[in-house]
Amino acid sequence: MTTSNQAAPAQKPPKAAIRSPLLFGALALVGALIFTSIVLLSSGVPPLEAYRLIFLGAFSTPVRISDMIMLAAPLMLCSAGLTLTFAAGLYNLGVEGQMILGAVAAMIPLRLFPDLPPPLLWALAFACGAAGGAAWATLAAWLRVGLRVNEIFAGLGLNFLASGIALYLVLGPWRRVGQASSSGTEPLPNALWLPTLDKLRLAPIAPIVALIALAIIWAAVTRTRWGLELRAVGLNPQAAGRMGVPAARRLAESLAACGALAGLAGAIQIIGVFHQLIPSISSGIGLLALLVVLLVRANPAWVLPVAAAFAVFTVGSVQLPLALGTDSSIAGVLQGALVLFALLARGLSARK
Amino acid sequence: MEVSVHNLTKVFGTLRANDGVSLRFAEGQIHGVLGENGAGKSTLMKLLSGFLRPDGGEVLLEGKPVALGDPGAALRAGVGMVHQEPLDVPGFSALENLLCAAPRWALPSRTEARNTLTVLAGRLGFSVAPDDPISALTVGQRQQLEIIRLLACGARALILDEPTTGITAAQARSLFVALRRLAAEGNTVLFVSHKLDEVADLCDTVSVLRAGRVVGEGQMAMPQPQERLLRMMFGGGGHSSPQVETPRRGVSTAPPAWQLNRVAARDGNMALTDLNLAIPAGAVVGLAGLEGSGQQILLRLLCGQFRPSAGRISLAGADLTGAGAAAFRRGGVEYLPADRLVEGVVGPLTLAEHFALLQPEGAIIDRRAAEGAARQAITDYSIKAMPASPIMALSGGNQQRAMLAMIPDNTRALVCEQPTRGLDVASARAIWGRLLARRDAGCAVVFATADLDEILEYSDYVLVFFAGQISRLLPRAELSAPRLAELIGGVDFATVAGSRGATAT
Repeated sequence: MTTSNQAAPAQKPPKAAIRSPLLFGALALVGALIFTSIVLLSSGVPPLEAYRLIFLGAFSTPVRISDMIMLAAPLMLCSAGLTLTFAAGLYNLGVEGQMILGAVAAMIPLRLFPDLPPPLLWALAFACGAAGGAAWATLAAWLRVGLRVNEIFAGLGLNFLASGIALYLVLGPWRRVGQASSSGTEPLPNALWLPTLDKLRLAPIAPIVALIALAIIWAAVTRTRWGLELRAVGLNPQAAGRMGVPAARRLAESLAACGALAGLAGAIQIIGVFHQLIPSISSGIGLLALLVVLLVRANPAWVLPVAAAFAVFTVGSVQLPLALGTDSSIAGVLQGALVLFALLARGLSARK
Repeated sequence: MEVSVHNLTKVFGTLRANDGVSLRFAEGQIHGVLGENGAGKSTLMKLLSGFLRPDGGEVLLEGKPVALGDPGAALRAGVGMVHQEPLDVPGFSALENLLCAAPRWALPSRTEARNTLTVLAGRLGFSVAPDDPISALTVGQRQQLEIIRLLACGARALILDEPTTGITAAQARSLFVALRRLAAEGNTVLFVSHKLDEVADLCDTVSVLRAGRVVGEGQMAMPQPQERLLRMMFGGGGHSSPQVETPRRGVSTAPPAWQLNRVAARDGNMALTDLNLAIPAGAVVGLAGLEGSGQQILLRLLCGQFRPSAGRISLAGADLTGAGAAAFRRGGVEYLPADRLVEGVVGPLTLAEHFALLQPEGAIIDRRAAEGAARQAITDYSIKAMPASPIMALSGGNQQRAMLAMIPDNTRALVCEQPTRGLDVASARAIWGRLLARRDAGCAVVFATADLDEILEYSDYVLVFFAGQISRLLPRAELSAPRLAELIGGVDFATVAGSRGATAT
């Protein structure tokens, strides 16, 4: 809105400082805490004590710290992948299924060649996990790009299918010798477990893989042409196409890359956490990652703190039933409320 | 209803979009509001119709100050605005749109709504029927429906923002008849435009805005000399009158850029058949005709967005029949859509990021090079922006200039859909300066517009479209304005017809 015979800059003035994202983030946090406190008070739990456990409980013992890190690692992988699909304007609800298929695929080399040297097997398990997750995501991409099935419906449908496959394997071909139990396959031999720190469940390779993957994704989104093209496609596929970006291909690539990362997370669940295939191998981490990405959006730099915080809340709240006699699902309430209030704050800040 | 504003001010950041505007619009008259792009016309109208709230001053209806909190409140108070792009639901019928967009008290039942629609349409000479699906209506008809809706909701002051953009001449005429009738019945009509001839034709008074202020003594009775109005709109000097002869090219001897042989294509209920055409390089070809006479189909054929159902298309000798838009782009065809933010640019990305997207090679973005390219474009094309400005924050003229700046140098052919849509005279002239420079460098330029003056001023050749038929390539020098108008209306079309079997079905 300027006249053409004035030299004033033509862009809209920047929003006043009071509308900075940090302030809105803080407001979202306060809103979520108030909301969660109301839930806590209404069920007769002292909020301060509950918050002390939720925020600090994960740091109380080395065991809890290691649990927290082993939850944060796959969560970061899934969240990093989802920033890619988010940038491309896709809602990849299929991340849960991609993680399951990654876990299933990671089992294959472990079952086929248990006698190979363990480091090689771990590498194979990670590679197969990534390939499995990517393949499952490519199926969703094919449905989306080829057949114009909305990726949300495609993802949900494929999630059910993936759960079915895992359950079938646990009960059928991969069942324990002599019994068919839905609790899981035969545990892997100890030699194939990712090495852990002394007496803890913390396998350092898991967080290292997650951090490396996150750094790569961050560089891809912010520094490469591919990442810029993804964002352009996500914001306006028509215009991106006009400028020569192969839009459909970028959509498929973002889904496949997200699937590969989810598959890596699935592989960690197998060789680092459960050491067997169980039907609930994903532990809802994919869904939790969807909450993370709603907060960080297409911004991988924020995945590390947010995913870590979510892991802290989840592990910390595990002590709630014993300490305060309330359910541990209060962490879910806090996480959900955070996302809701963040969306609310974002909506408010977008208003003129 | 008398509408007036007193000392009205609206500030966006550091920009005073409206700066102490005081005007009085008497009832029973049509009031023109003129100004170039960004002069503050749209802001004023949005303040009057409740889409924006003023930062200072007041709006008075019948002399009483009112606070118009939102468009609904404005409509209850009797002020309704017809937007440039009608705001309606495409999947609904005209009647359903009317029902869902009107408050319950205005149209209590379906029968009543149907009645109101039919009666108002008949009274105003509009061609909208209750059961027409919106998707089958033209922009002009959707605008008519919007006017009917506002009147049914009790509007006594109507604001029309550039209402003749994108509608046919016939629809514009019938719109003007309807507006005169509404004014004669005691309504107030505000007509926002930058087309001087329309204001001269229609309005009883005119007010000119520049840089957010009312120019001169305020509202003036029409008629006013065009020269004076132009001077008020653009300030003294610096801008010559729009009727300047542009240097024109003689008949081109260069080999054709595009060659179409017996091409057929279809879009909805419009089809082109048996189209034989050679579009020369180094020349501007204007596509003239009423809106929706088939120009769209040809434009999209030329840039590969439509594939012909029969025939062959070649580009600089290479057969591209059946190839997609990417192949045409590789072949050197650039498409400039009319809807810049929808098809043209990625609104939230910055100017520099757009140039980074266009970097030919390299997996890693060269930020410095992209910023340099953006800075260069800003200087070369006088874009009012910074490299870090999101494109959507630029004004329409600057977006268009940015889009032009992004066209690679080795482009062989440009396909432009309404290249100056929504731009003021100065911006439009700057855009054409760029397009003509491309032509002089040997690029073929094909453009479509509803503006006859633009066709006559800038084309080397004209293709006239009439109901799906296409003339042969007519050298501009052989066409006079009245002759072109006749051809567009179909008079003597057979004498210039090029494509034999083209039909509208």
